[in-house]
Amino acid sequence: MISMSHFLILGAILFCISVAGIFLNRKNVIILLMAVELMLLAVNMNFVAFSHFLGDIAGQVFVFFILTVAAAEAAIGLAILVVLFRNRRSINVDDINSLNG
Amino acid sequence: MEQTIFYIFSTILVLSAGAVITVRNPVFAALFLVLAFFTSAAIWILLEAEFLALTLVLVYVGAVMVLFLFVVMMLDINLTVLREGFARYLPVGLLVAVIMVAQLVYIVGPARFGLDKFPAPPPRDADYSNTREIGLVLYTEYLLAFELAAVILVVAIIAAIALTLRKRIKTNFMKPEEQVLVKSKDRVRLVKMATEKQDD
Repeated sequence: MISMSHFLILGAILFCISVAGIFLNRKNVIILLMAVELMLLAVNMNFVAFSHFLGDIAGQVFVFFILTVAAAEAAIGLAILVVLFRNRRSINVDDINSLNG
Repeated sequence: MEQTIFYIFSTILVLSAGAVITVRNPVFAALFLVLAFFTSAAIWILLEAEFLALTLVLVYVGAVMVLFLFVVMMLDINLTVLREGFARYLPVGLLVAVIMVAQLVYIVGPARFGLDKFPAPPPRDADYSNTREIGLVLYTEYLLAFELAAVILVVAIIAAIALTLRKRIKTNFMKPEEQVLVKSKDRVRLVKMATEKQDD
């Protein structure tokens, strides 16, 4: 039988993979955005697991809202990325230092 | 049986998540992310969250990832510059990730969240509708939050359009309403002038 810790450990592994992804791909904004999406997926996995094992539907409603906000975030993030690329001809994080004092 | 399905799908999920952060090409990373979302939708179905699993496939795989792929393919990016520092940070990143996994597994492991602490709920009846359950609370208890989510989506739409909209300064568009009203004297001007002697 699958216990709740199975799902929680799966979520933890996913979360740590995405944290490592942010560490490793710190130059590439696109991969950073993807790592953030992966992180949200890991959190959602925990919410759904708790909702199932505690028999409370509120967890799934919360996941629904997280999906909404994540979709909005992805849309705005990619729009910013497109504008950034249009102005700078690069998506390297190191090139975005105009506000550097 | 369920356990086998869970292990197969979670292995695919972890491997594809690892591929997202390690492959060179962002297009492949986006495709592996699609695989990760799809696999976790299957795992959510194991957790009897059918509505969310379908929403994940429709919204993420259908909309967000297509948007990602679109942007990735539209941008002409130099991959070698973006990859530098990957090998340098790999040991530290891996170490931090492994330590974090160890800590989290220690906390959420079977000792605290095992079957004896949280027994598996009995399987639902065949006529149980997850969508109906979510809808019942979403439109009553969480109505305000639901409407706020709609507002957030509208703001996101407007922001994305406003950010990427570019006013073209030099356009050669014709204005049909001005064209049909044009008279011949607006186009051709006849000038009367005396002939001049050409000096060479």
